[in-house]
Amino acid sequence: MSQTAMERKTVNLEEIELELLLEGIYQYYGYDFRNYARASLKRRIRKVLEGEGLSQISALQNLVLHDSAAIQRMLLGITVNVTSMFRDPSFFLAFRQQVVPLLSTYPYIRLWHAGCSEGQEVYAMAILLQEAGLYDRCRIYATDRNERVLQRAKAGIYPLGLMQQYTQLYLQSGGQHSFSNYYTAAYDSAIFRASLRENILFSQHDLASDGSFNEFNIILCRNVLIYFDPVLQQRVHRLFHESLCRFGILALGRQESLRLSPYAPDYEALVKSEKIFRRLS
Amino acid sequence: MALRLTSGSQPALIVIGASLGGLMALRELLQQLRPDFSIPIAIVQHRHRDLQQQLVASMQQGVRLLLREVEDKDELRPGQIYLAPADYHLLVEADCLLLSIDPPVSYARPSIDVLFESAADAYGERLIGVILTGANQDGAIGAAAIKAKGGLVLVQEPATAESAVMPAAAIAQTCVDAVLSLSALAAQLNEFCEVCEF
Repeated sequence: MSQTAMERKTVNLEEIELELLLEGIYQYYGYDFRNYARASLKRRIRKVLEGEGLSQISALQNLVLHDSAAIQRMLLGITVNVTSMFRDPSFFLAFRQQVVPLLSTYPYIRLWHAGCSEGQEVYAMAILLQEAGLYDRCRIYATDRNERVLQRAKAGIYPLGLMQQYTQLYLQSGGQHSFSNYYTAAYDSAIFRASLRENILFSQHDLASDGSFNEFNIILCRNVLIYFDPVLQQRVHRLFHESLCRFGILALGRQESLRLSPYAPDYEALVKSEKIFRRLS
Repeated sequence: MALRLTSGSQPALIVIGASLGGLMALRELLQQLRPDFSIPIAIVQHRHRDLQQQLVASMQQGVRLLLREVEDKDELRPGQIYLAPADYHLLVEADCLLLSIDPPVSYARPSIDVLFESAADAYGERLIGVILTGANQDGAIGAAAIKAKGGLVLVQEPATAESAVMPAAAIAQTCVDAVLSLSALAAQLNEFCEVCEF
């Protein structure tokens, strides 16, 4: 066998190992990563391999199927989406200017953060809604598939070192107060005000396998679907369609679209550049 | 010099990495591509996250092929040039492009290494990687990954680059296939395209 044929064989073998790992995890633990986008998942799994001091995915399979602590480490490694508060400040600015006026007419607002990860975006939105005078009318559901990640989101504690960057993004997003009012610094942590959490319900929900659980006026799911393959994206779009009321708002990430959604014709772009859509029918 | 892919087949994708000085270099390179250039091109140009749409517009000037800032799961189409959006990693799969917000790699997001490594995984011997001007070492590991999977790596001649660090790092990291000026790079890419027409 030539060198290049060997190389090609290595590539295929890794694909096979990855399939087996995902299938094994699904069958044994019930966590379904089989429809995660492969290229980004593979990068994360290689990182997990490095952390565990392993060189082959099949070795990782052996480890995580027999060691419940190892599967937890792996889940953290492949599910956490680290984002920042007010990532894409232009989105939050557009939300303030174009969505808030619509919401002001609602007596009661139900909002779903799907795939909230460690909660940065949930707190950012809570701040925005407080400043818009809408927070008291809001019920915010923040969900993620990973229980440990949710615990972190619930705690609302982030590294103090990030606050300078968050402050800048907050100001660019149209923030009206001093950002430091929203947290207390303790050692090297920033602890966010409990009042921001009052109307937030953090709960476990897996976009890959769970169903609709309520009807919402707003669904926020930014930079989550990029990690899913087209099959899983369609599933999630169906779920959103089932969960969004008429004239409800769906907000996706800046580089995401409804192109793969079977329900695209039911939406209009409210702010096209920021991927804020409104359901019409 | 006739560079050929090991497989003898046509290149399926060209990936290009550029950093400091990259806008001018990319424009110069892309302007010289044939109007019927049919191999898709994916580009990571380092930039600040606040510079969003402007880059596509300014890079498009004088370039006949259509530039597009990638949206998630964009399909690779012949003759299209894809640019990594600010603050996202760009990755390649067998038939589409995808994005991630995973942490920066060597301070960079988008990272050239991330693009190159995923492209090498997806396309192996049918991939061409190009490293242009830049003041950091991003892309060197990715270039080595492309070589390891049987693809070709072309590098801008450091002496002709606005910043020689990045091309020099790639040359130091792996056995690259050619070190060329921008015009010679463009001519070489055009030649690959001729190969793929028979």
